[in-house]
Amino acid sequence: MAAVESPHKNTLSRIEPLLRAMLIAPLAAALVGSCQSAPAGKAAIDTPDQTHTEPVNLPPPQAGLPPDPMHGQKEETKGYAVPKPPLSKEYWPCSDCHNDSQPPNRTRRELKEDHTNIHLHHDEANRWCLDCHDAENRDALHLASGVTITFDESYRLCGQCHGTQYRDWKSGIHGKRTGMWNGEKQYLLCVHCHNPHSPHFKPLKPEAPPVRPSLIR
Amino acid sequence: MLTEKPETHACTCGGKTGGCAQKTEKAHDHGHDHAHAPEPHGTEPELTDDEAAQKLSMSRRNFMKHSAIVAGAAAAAACSAEDLEKFTAHRLREMTQPELKALIKRLEADYKKKFNKDIDVRATPAAEGVKFGYALDLSRCIGCRRCVHACVKENNQSRPNPEGDRNNPIQWIKVLEMEKEKGVDLSDANPYYNPEEVPREGHFYMPVQCQQCENPPCVKVCPVQATWKEPDGIVVIDYEWCIGCRYCMVACPYGARRFNWAEPHLPADQVNTNTHVLGNRPRPKGVVEKCTFCVQRTRAGRYPACVEICPVGARKFGNMLDPKSEIRAVLESKRVFILKEDLNTQPKFFYFFGI
Repeated sequence: MAAVESPHKNTLSRIEPLLRAMLIAPLAAALVGSCQSAPAGKAAIDTPDQTHTEPVNLPPPQAGLPPDPMHGQKEETKGYAVPKPPLSKEYWPCSDCHNDSQPPNRTRRELKEDHTNIHLHHDEANRWCLDCHDAENRDALHLASGVTITFDESYRLCGQCHGTQYRDWKSGIHGKRTGMWNGEKQYLLCVHCHNPHSPHFKPLKPEAPPVRPSLIR
Repeated sequence: MLTEKPETHACTCGGKTGGCAQKTEKAHDHGHDHAHAPEPHGTEPELTDDEAAQKLSMSRRNFMKHSAIVAGAAAAAACSAEDLEKFTAHRLREMTQPELKALIKRLEADYKKKFNKDIDVRATPAAEGVKFGYALDLSRCIGCRRCVHACVKENNQSRPNPEGDRNNPIQWIKVLEMEKEKGVDLSDANPYYNPEEVPREGHFYMPVQCQQCENPPCVKVCPVQATWKEPDGIVVIDYEWCIGCRYCMVACPYGARRFNWAEPHLPADQVNTNTHVLGNRPRPKGVVEKCTFCVQRTRAGRYPACVEICPVGARKFGNMLDPKSEIRAVLESKRVFILKEDLNTQPKFFYFFGI
């Protein structure tokens, strides 16, 4: 766990509500457009670091791309059938320990007493626990916008930065679906395959190779 | 079984009743008009030499015919009813429903005897409005071979049996390891890689299995038409009809077909009891087999076994005619390629790079 105190964090969090207010204002689109080279709507998909802007009006999907099932809907109203998130039985629910007796410590630091099994290798220079885990509701996550979401919807959290993967996951290209090809499906969550604290895929031992024909009697 | 087809007659009169072939033939030969009032047998007038000779020869023909039937019946009596049924059966594609039911009943009884287990053989036909397609993300595949072994288990392939009389291990999927620097180079691919961990640095992996061609060369060369393309696009094999000539294996440019050189080694406790008559039912010795997109699963709405097992989600499957399917999403938004495009086999198996 990285424990670097980020000098920019406090400044950023202080001006964040202001930034959001600016975007909601009718002139927001023009402002964003003038600040960024890419159009405002496209930025939410292609430049992950801009996702916290949550654009109000998405442009129609590009020609050649499959129609986005979520197009035109508010992000909050959409749900995907997902299997249970792989939460650790030992620690879940988090509020068992993180309750009133333990008020949240919002200081960025390395955890030395508990959760020592978690080693953060996920943009650890810039992130720490409370960037994704909610400090108020410990059994929930929060988006960069401050909206709290359940662990079932964690794909929305991941999608903030990994926009292209999120887009592909929604149409079934990235990730894995189980169930029926012509009926009910379950969408495996990002965290079913990627450890959210260390998402890089681990190498595997391959299964046995085929027998060479020359060795077959 | 054969009642649907008109019976062929030895005579040339074309009549289906009466049975007196000689008489009508004679009438034609001599230009006599007997057609309207044929004389009964008993009142046959005296014959000329020609007529007598002809009658004799016809009788001989009849005699031969009857004796052939008697000989056939004797031979049939010598073999079991089951053998006779096998011998006179149609190819699966032309079977009527009762015939198919009889075949399935026989197969299930055979398997029960062989494996001491109830094996469910189905003959689910292709659904309308379905054309299966498959896509594989080469940027994700790590070459772990989970798919290969899941396929073997699901599809009742012959297991390795080094201690047996003949070792006949069969796998329908072959994962090729290739160097990233060289790209897709089939002449330099290694299917026998076995490092401690995959993926190996600087390598990528390309699983190859039946490409379910729209224009399948294997189907064209089969001398007995024991393999064909189903309406949902799956190329299947009639194991009862295959004569084991292996022309199809030569014709397939993807090396996707496998031959049972020996009696398949399939321990009873490893048999998958959910089978399809054109798919994963246990095969006899001497027939060709290959990937069928898990016809027993996919025609019941499930994903193929290799799709379900893949730990990296590199395998995509669905109905290409359904605009909402994953396969359509891949085809419409990713740059896909097919193997050996220049051969015009038109595979329904696509490779793509998802990243």
